[in-house]
Amino acid sequence: MNKQNTAMNTDTSTFDIEKIRADFPILQQQVNGKPLVYLDNAATSQKPRQVIETLDTYYQEYNANIHRGVHTLSEKGTAVYEAAREKVKTFLNAESTKEIIFVRGATEAINLVAQSFGRNTISAGDEIIITELEHHSNIVPWQILCEQTGAKLNYIPINDAGELILEEYEKLLNKNTRIVAIGHISNALGTINPIKKIIDMAHAVGAKILVDGAQAVPHTKVNVKELGCDFYVFSGHKLFGPTGIGVLYGKEALLDAMPPYQSGGDMIQTVSMIKSTYNSLPYKFEAGTPHIAGVIGLGAAIDYVNELDLTVTAQYENELLDYANEQASQISDLKFVGTAKDKTSILSFTLGRIHPHDIGTILDGEGVAVRAGHHCAMPVMERFGIPATARASFAFYNTLAEVDALILAIDKCQKVFG
Amino acid sequence: MFDIKDLYQEVIVDHNRSPRNFGKLEDADRTLEGYNPLCGDKLTLYIKTDGDKINDIAFDGSGCAISVASASLMTDAMKGKTLQEAESLFNHFHSLVTTDDDVDMEQLGKLAALAGVKAYPARVKCASLCWHTMHSVIQGDNTPVHTE
Ligand SMILES: Cc1ncc(COP(=O)(O)O)c(C=O)c1O
Repeated sequence: MNKQNTAMNTDTSTFDIEKIRADFPILQQQVNGKPLVYLDNAATSQKPRQVIETLDTYYQEYNANIHRGVHTLSEKGTAVYEAAREKVKTFLNAESTKEIIFVRGATEAINLVAQSFGRNTISAGDEIIITELEHHSNIVPWQILCEQTGAKLNYIPINDAGELILEEYEKLLNKNTRIVAIGHISNALGTINPIKKIIDMAHAVGAKILVDGAQAVPHTKVNVKELGCDFYVFSGHKLFGPTGIGVLYGKEALLDAMPPYQSGGDMIQTVSMIKSTYNSLPYKFEAGTPHIAGVIGLGAAIDYVNELDLTVTAQYENELLDYANEQASQISDLKFVGTAKDKTSILSFTLGRIHPHDIGTILDGEGVAVRAGHHCAMPVMERFGIPATARASFAFYNTLAEVDALILAIDKCQKVFG
Repeated sequence: MFDIKDLYQEVIVDHNRSPRNFGKLEDADRTLEGYNPLCGDKLTLYIKTDGDKINDIAFDGSGCAISVASASLMTDAMKGKTLQEAESLFNHFHSLVTTDDDVDMEQLGKLAALAGVKAYPARVKCASLCWHTMHSVIQGDNTPVHTE
């Protein structure tokens, strides 16, 4: 591709928002008598027709169990399932499909790493580093691991903008650091962490690093080979795919040395009454009948975002965020929570003394769906001394007009409370 | 037609802005905390009884407009009531926000302003946190209340 072509590709004026919105049937509805304005994408994203139809076709035409049948439907199911693994591999730029483990979601992936890799390698006196920004799913599994092993859990603090303080991270790192687990993008504030630098710093002391990419994969191109991270996890449902499916990427050598997380069918080679031998990667970590439809649907979701091109959509989302910031900053009493320089399209805010839950209800009355609460990131809320925020999170199918609807709805909150 | 003002009535907005009976009651003989873990709403109820009678009652804590207004209205309504009367009011209020049954509006007085939450299942818990806490106090239960 020549230069001129690349430039054209990232020009969002060629971004056909109407065509994209037509792919999302759910968006064409009214809620409480108003057009739905769905701004809760960080919680879960909507699914394009292409994903829904793929699920439909699977159930209507080739539903069967995989990896075990010799019949036609099973062979077709297995082929499509494994093709999805190939798509994930390419999507993350992993070395091999052996490094792609299907799990229920980011939560299960982190628990798998904590219990399989962690339990096997961590002992008393070791240290684990996470951050103040994490989602509970990247806090609690490490707290449990520390309780089980006697290891110590340390937190990288954040500054008033919601950015990690890397000097403090530097101080926490030492020869006892075994694991660093960190979110790529914060779900509560939208902060994009300097992940490459954080990975390199962890490796410099010999620690392994897990990156929670739940909020990152819908907004940015991820290249695990370039990043060099040891583990990378994400959930399908935030990437326009089904719920109940997610991915654990792990470096092959690490996964290979790890004991199974769950056991049962599919993950074994032979079972005798005395001992069983485990299947090879990635199946060693996929015990039982997997979420076949979920995997196939995730494959379709990846096809969909590849088609759109994440660099183009990210640029469009930034335009939405800039416009939302500009409009929201005109509202008296509105306070932004999370003002990192490098930020994805998440707008977390408080509004004078109006409680975020009341904001959420009033916005819903205007058809505007946002999240109100602690966003499963209570340490972040504590850091800012607030119980909760209201959060509008944008996806590429949102529009500037929807930002206007959000702003008007926020106005309405102020009117209701006079 | 849907109208947000059915939920956020004048009375509620007013009781949220300036909650009555707000603050710690130093000489309370019964104190209990209530939590709404999902929302992070918290309140502490302070009650001073004289035998069977609620002589004084107050609350503090933080929460959304619905939970603050509800606690404000409830504490207002409780003053001077006997524990039995309080329990009966709890039952009336519970019916008001969770059922379609006919409720004795006269008995409820200003509390009727909270009838609007019934249309917002996610917010019923906000309105009832203080009431469940009150109910536990009356039952003599000392464990902090969690609305699930
Ligand atoms: C940053 C982050 N990590 C992890 C998760 C957990 O994802 P899931 O609930 O899909 O397992 C979320 C979801 O909210 C998230 O935002």
